[in-house]
Amino acid sequence: MASSSLTKSKTSIIHHLKSTKFPLLYFTNHTSSIRNSHNLLHTISSPPLPVPRCATSSRINPFIVFSRCFESVCVGRRLHSAASASNDVRQFPAEAPSQQVLDFPGGKVKFTPKLAFTSGSTEERVPCYRVLDDSGQPIIDSDSLKISKELAVKMYSDMVTLEVMDTIFYEAQRQGRISFYATTMGEEAINIASAAALHNDDFVFPQYREPGVLLWRGFPLQEFAHQCFGNKYDNGKGRQMPIHYGSRKHNYFTVASTVATQIPHAVGAAYSLKMEKQDSCVITYFGDGGSSTADFHAAVNFAAVLEVPVIFFCRNNGWAISTPINEQLRSDGIVVRGKAYGVPSIRIDGNDALAIYSAVHKARKMAIEEQTPVLIEALTYRTGHHSTSDDSTKYRSIDEIEQWRGGQNPVKRFRKWMESKGWWSDEAESEHHCSTRKQLSQAIQAAEQVEKPTIADMFNDVYDVLPKNLMEQEAFIRKTIKKHTQDYPSDVPL
Amino acid sequence: MASIFQGVGTATTLSSSASFDSNKFHPSSRRSLSERKVSFLVVRSDAAKMNPGLNKIGGRADQLVTNAVATKPDTSAASTAASKSGHELLLFEALREGLEEEMERDSRVCIIGEDVGHYGGSYKVSKGLAPKYGDLRVLDTPIAENAFTGMGIGAAMMGLRPIIEGMNMGFLLLAFNQISNNCGMLHYTSGGQFKIPVVIRGPGGVGRQLGAEHSQRLESYFQSIPGIQMVACSTPYNAKGLMKAAIRSDNPVILFEHVLLYNLKETIPDEEYVLNLEEAEMVRPGEHVTILTYSRMRYHVMQAAKTLVNKGYDPEVIDIRSLKPFDLHMIGNSVKKTHRVLIVEECMRTGGIGASLTAAINENFQDFLDAPIVCLSSQDVPTPYAGTLEEWTVVQPPQIVAAVEQLCR
Repeated sequence: MASSSLTKSKTSIIHHLKSTKFPLLYFTNHTSSIRNSHNLLHTISSPPLPVPRCATSSRINPFIVFSRCFESVCVGRRLHSAASASNDVRQFPAEAPSQQVLDFPGGKVKFTPKLAFTSGSTEERVPCYRVLDDSGQPIIDSDSLKISKELAVKMYSDMVTLEVMDTIFYEAQRQGRISFYATTMGEEAINIASAAALHNDDFVFPQYREPGVLLWRGFPLQEFAHQCFGNKYDNGKGRQMPIHYGSRKHNYFTVASTVATQIPHAVGAAYSLKMEKQDSCVITYFGDGGSSTADFHAAVNFAAVLEVPVIFFCRNNGWAISTPINEQLRSDGIVVRGKAYGVPSIRIDGNDALAIYSAVHKARKMAIEEQTPVLIEALTYRTGHHSTSDDSTKYRSIDEIEQWRGGQNPVKRFRKWMESKGWWSDEAESEHHCSTRKQLSQAIQAAEQVEKPTIADMFNDVYDVLPKNLMEQEAFIRKTIKKHTQDYPSDVPL
Repeated sequence: MASIFQGVGTATTLSSSASFDSNKFHPSSRRSLSERKVSFLVVRSDAAKMNPGLNKIGGRADQLVTNAVATKPDTSAASTAASKSGHELLLFEALREGLEEEMERDSRVCIIGEDVGHYGGSYKVSKGLAPKYGDLRVLDTPIAENAFTGMGIGAAMMGLRPIIEGMNMGFLLLAFNQISNNCGMLHYTSGGQFKIPVVIRGPGGVGRQLGAEHSQRLESYFQSIPGIQMVACSTPYNAKGLMKAAIRSDNPVILFEHVLLYNLKETIPDEEYVLNLEEAEMVRPGEHVTILTYSRMRYHVMQAAKTLVNKGYDPEVIDIRSLKPFDLHMIGNSVKKTHRVLIVEECMRTGGIGASLTAAINENFQDFLDAPIVCLSSQDVPTPYAGTLEEWTVVQPPQIVAAVEQLCR
């Protein structure tokens, strides 16, 4: 309370700043340099400042300045601390210039007299791992896992189910029966094959184009329909838009509309697995657009620093609504960002189910055994529109869409491979298509009839227990409804 | 929510249903975690059922049953009931004590923030915890508030109970997306499947010449977010009690500390206590006027109260503590008694806690008011660096005295 005790806190922090051993794990070999760092503290950090720094811009950290001045091109700072800087140089042994090495935090750095900038772009792009060629034939000598007929049949039929589900729900939206939908057209292999390579106790943090993972794990078609209709059987109690699925039972975290916010969540979840030494991993999906967000970059960086078992799966499908990939980024896709953050990464053919399966299987093993994050960039194409609120022919050619829908189509390619193994046939195809369509139509019809969640569900779950203010608000709304029953929708029970 | 600590029955019914969910959620490989969870909940509901074999929480479980869900005891009762005389400490130490006790009690509690580990936190709230609990449980993060807040949310959805520290509350503006869109909403939008028991805390308020960006009052920005609770501590006693309550709450709670209050000294009880998150604190009962305040302004008000008493006034001072939701019960009773209200806050005039409180009191207790509510707040300006100017952005005791005199005419 007395002002003296308050200023004391400030000075005690400064005292701490000056005297504490900072990340000296980096500097332990240079006792002389530590002395110099204190000199620099006096020259640079004036007037005395408490620890705070501006959230957005430069941090006044004497140590960064010190280390840059070590052998830096920061002429400006050099002038600031000219006297001390000259001391620094004298601390180094007088070796031949070509042999001098900088013992810098993170590892030794060799010097070079060449003034050359590393190019922002590479001549050759990172190669893309694939197992099946364009016509669905296995490439000789490809590293891939053998999969059983049972697994392959489940994978293929789930891919078809996903396709049919998308078609039917999209049509339902067009008919006005549901308010919104977004398809996964073109990304069926990513959805199903990645799910197939994971275990059921791996945790999934989806963006919104990965319902196939839920499908693989046994989420019934009827429940997909319930969520899209927002009826009382919806897990989410009718609170979210269609396709915002979530199921705790299936370790699939509820979709949030915000782009890429699930990526830091995934890192936090992986952190909890690491804390509890669990034998499972976390996977999070996002698109090429999502990889531009701040959340992506910070989360990948974190995961690398924390060494947690998380798979970052980027669905590079070429388009972020109407923004094509070359307007989204200028790096060689997203795979090169892994290296920038110190994360092992791979680029794979996102339309090749077997490649995805093998890559995710291996990534999972790495993540758990080595406790490391892994970045996978799957190159694919979004053959559908961004959502039912979008008409992509407005910003891309129909030819381009048709081309990807044709030969490169992941379902067709996998089917060719299945048929070449004798594991699938035309009869199986039409039978599966038929039965799935029937199931889905029934599911939609049933879901449409079910009543919506009650008014109480508008107020529940905001907190663990209904607080007084919400109770009042609910009472008020019920009173209003009673007064004006004719204006109130008939399919929402009270 | 109000029933959490007052009605043990209600709280535990909810808790036990959560435990069944957790059994379903965690497949066999995670059985150890769900067993731990079950034993923790059993301790709270019925001491007789306690399974000693699974009780990894620690030998203090016995004491916990009687004290853990107590409502705030009268300070007088606490001091007479105490076998020892209590111990003196500073506010930041009280926060740390609360943190440490909760971390000891529940191994799922962890701390995430910048420089919270071996540095001990920029205001030393987490000092000594990293050496004791390890680098992973007291986690130093890179500089990305949105990302580490998101991380905390993800970890919470998995069953941990993270405490996310903003080095300065103002930095949490960077985490607004995660706090508003995810922290506050995911329990609701997931249909109650995933809960987010995080505590987001940090120092805020106007300090001593920290500049505009480090003098933010985030409570005004966050108060609209549905799904979160907000509390502000002001004494070592309530700091520790609120910290413990916030950690135990299953809702996301934002705990507002004040940069200038960390070195306040007080004697607090030795035995364990947990305060009620939704209760206000009666600082000084009175008859003439109700002064509602919180955090640092409490001290300016008390200073003004001394002058007012000398001038013959009898102000009732309430530290509202719970910023979301307001304790309209205590506030209402006070308004019914005094009929005059003065709100003293550090928030800016527009859209601050005072603005909301004025609206809430007007709506609920209009009939009991003899005069319009007066709200003293900071001006709608960025906080200047210059000491003299900064002093004038914050409400000072003479202004409070003048306002009361005006109100009580």
